[in-house]
Amino acid sequence: MPHVMHQNTSLRAERSNPGTLAPVALDCFVAALLAMTATLVLSPAAQAERIFVSNEKDNTITVLDAQSLAITKTIKVGARPRAILTSVDGKSLYVCASDADRLEIIDLATLAVTGTLPSGPDPERFATTPDGKTLYVANENDNKVSAVDVASGKIVAEVPVGIEPEGMGMSPDGKTVVDTTETTSMAHFIDTATNKLVANVLVDSRPRVATWTPDGTQVWVSAEVGGSVSVIDAASHKIVQKIHFSVPGLTSGQAQAVDVKITKDGKTAFVALGPANRVAVIDAKSYEVKQYILVGQRVWNMAFSLDEKRLYTANGVSNDITVIDVGDLKAVKSVPVGRSPWGIAVAQ
Amino acid sequence: MARWIAMSLFGCLCWLGPLSGAGEADAQTPATSNVDITYLGLAVTRTLPLSYLDQPPGDEGIDGARLGLADNQATGQFLGQSFKLDEAVAPDAAGVIDAFRQRAQAGTKLFVTDLPASLLLQVADLPEAKGVTILDATARDDSLRAESCRRNVLHTQPSRAMLADALMQYMMIRKWSRIALVVGGDPEDKLYADAIRASARKFRIKIVDDIPWTFDPGARRTDTGHYAVEAEVARITQPLGDYDLLVVADEGDNFGDDLAYRTTLPRPIAGTQGMVPSAWARPFEQWGATQLQSRFLKQAKRWMTDDDYGAWLAVRAIGEAATRSASTDSDAIAKFMRGKDFDLAGFKGTKLTFREWDGQLRQPVLLADDRSLISVSPQPGFLHEFSELDTLGVDRPETKCHM
Repeated sequence: MPHVMHQNTSLRAERSNPGTLAPVALDCFVAALLAMTATLVLSPAAQAERIFVSNEKDNTITVLDAQSLAITKTIKVGARPRAILTSVDGKSLYVCASDADRLEIIDLATLAVTGTLPSGPDPERFATTPDGKTLYVANENDNKVSAVDVASGKIVAEVPVGIEPEGMGMSPDGKTVVDTTETTSMAHFIDTATNKLVANVLVDSRPRVATWTPDGTQVWVSAEVGGSVSVIDAASHKIVQKIHFSVPGLTSGQAQAVDVKITKDGKTAFVALGPANRVAVIDAKSYEVKQYILVGQRVWNMAFSLDEKRLYTANGVSNDITVIDVGDLKAVKSVPVGRSPWGIAVAQ
Repeated sequence: MARWIAMSLFGCLCWLGPLSGAGEADAQTPATSNVDITYLGLAVTRTLPLSYLDQPPGDEGIDGARLGLADNQATGQFLGQSFKLDEAVAPDAAGVIDAFRQRAQAGTKLFVTDLPASLLLQVADLPEAKGVTILDATARDDSLRAESCRRNVLHTQPSRAMLADALMQYMMIRKWSRIALVVGGDPEDKLYADAIRASARKFRIKIVDDIPWTFDPGARRTDTGHYAVEAEVARITQPLGDYDLLVVADEGDNFGDDLAYRTTLPRPIAGTQGMVPSAWARPFEQWGATQLQSRFLKQAKRWMTDDDYGAWLAVRAIGEAATRSASTDSDAIAKFMRGKDFDLAGFKGTKLTFREWDGQLRQPVLLADDRSLISVSPQPGFLHEFSELDTLGVDRPETKCHM
């Protein structure tokens, strides 16, 4: 049982795991201690690095200074912002405004919404081609993946997939994009040259996220209800490994895999476990789960700092983000943001 | 809980081929083979519900099965699996039994049913029912999960015991400890009340009074009819001691909505009206439920009910088992559904699986009124050795089902 615990997680942890809990007063003390020492403990972030968090219920993006972790701005955006993504040139932040049925573009210099892009109905997650010219958008309500040409602002292709498209992962070479469909439980491999399906791989129930290894040889697909990560060989489209989670003190149903992040060296993977309030740390070569880091409630999406020394998690129920020190594999601080934080991104 | 129907669909054969678009697509699609499912229903003559606001839907249950079929096809198109739904709804018991016999003799082994308990048992006990799997989508009877359980029947609707436990757990969380129980005159109302009583005992909730509803308001919609209703509710609630929640058992929607705001002590209403424990509810949108709600609305042009959800679950359970077992063989599907590798995503944030001791689908139970989701049981803190979902309903050590 990880021992780092802050106030926001204590209630949930207490209910789900009464046997192994430290007293609440101690939690508060630890939280206070963490808050006091956070600035000392945190490895220094690069100058002017910023964290962006989409707040699904507030219709806002919270901007934090990565150094001080202070909120510097709250940007109003379209209804139900979910996935957010920095553009390849680093000048813009794209936002899936799901209930507004469009993408919004935030200028990272002025932090103003400067334009919109069409997305197809109910955009949930998206991915950019490495040249930054095309965005592939999962239309959750419409069983389609839309390809959006950024320059012309037009949808240039629609690829029919299974039911409730969600996860979108672009291969490092930009040749293949993988979409997951929640009710169909598949990872659909789409050729970005032809916009046709090349393979459909059955994974566990309610797949959420598709993340490529940096070398482009594997796609890791999380399954929320299945509670697993399927590691798919990108060339053969075969599942080479299924990773399961067993968090001490929790029933198996509580470990629900959502976001997956893999370090640039391809050695370590982090998997957000939703209502288990933990992030799993996995040796990406041996597939062994090394440990579970306790974070905020319903941890959903994650982002590395640009130097990869920290991992930030968006915690949907406790309305905060947690900072994980990637070197120590410890949660060092949690910071309140808006209501129902969903997506998270880092940019200069 | 209302049981209306005025439909006479009989033997309509519907077959959705692979969805257009992706089906003929690109990735190598394997050769297609079929899974045959029969939806077997009894068309019940329904009394009108108390409120005119919610008119009885015509195809309740079937519409859920149809959506389940479309969802199955969407996955099946990528795997070379296709599903056929044969809709057989008969006006009487003899018609239902005939329809079942015909299909079973023709080789169908997977049935989704919308039948009352007694008729369900008649069907399940037919010689032709040997080796078939019946997914009961609508019956909530505890007896079907106990002394009258059958080896060839699975249940996707929460039992009355599960519904009652969901309500009592919520009372415990709120620290409400006393209920007054008002019970309608229909046999189903008595079963619902029995479940409430058993659950109250289990959770040590005190029933301060247990009273029958006997008032027949006659022509209710005459001018000034509301005086009579108000007077009756005052008459029966005035003698009650103090209580926290008035629980009503009125599955036919005959009077339950007439209780709120008219009681002598101002107390909330729960049970079959007011705050209702149920498998599905209109205001429910968590865990991706919005997606299912909107797909259903688009297809059926109305809101999904419990019975629609039960039928959707049943057809999806078959589809999921076909997908996971990579088989369209009915026996293999039925075996897989009951196995330990089976789980179903039912938009409730957790895996749904069948209890091996009585064939009941484990699932969270919603607590909702007409306009808002209030809570979802099991409540936090009700722990269980194997699955917290087994804190709802009859657990293995207590089961009276010995198949």
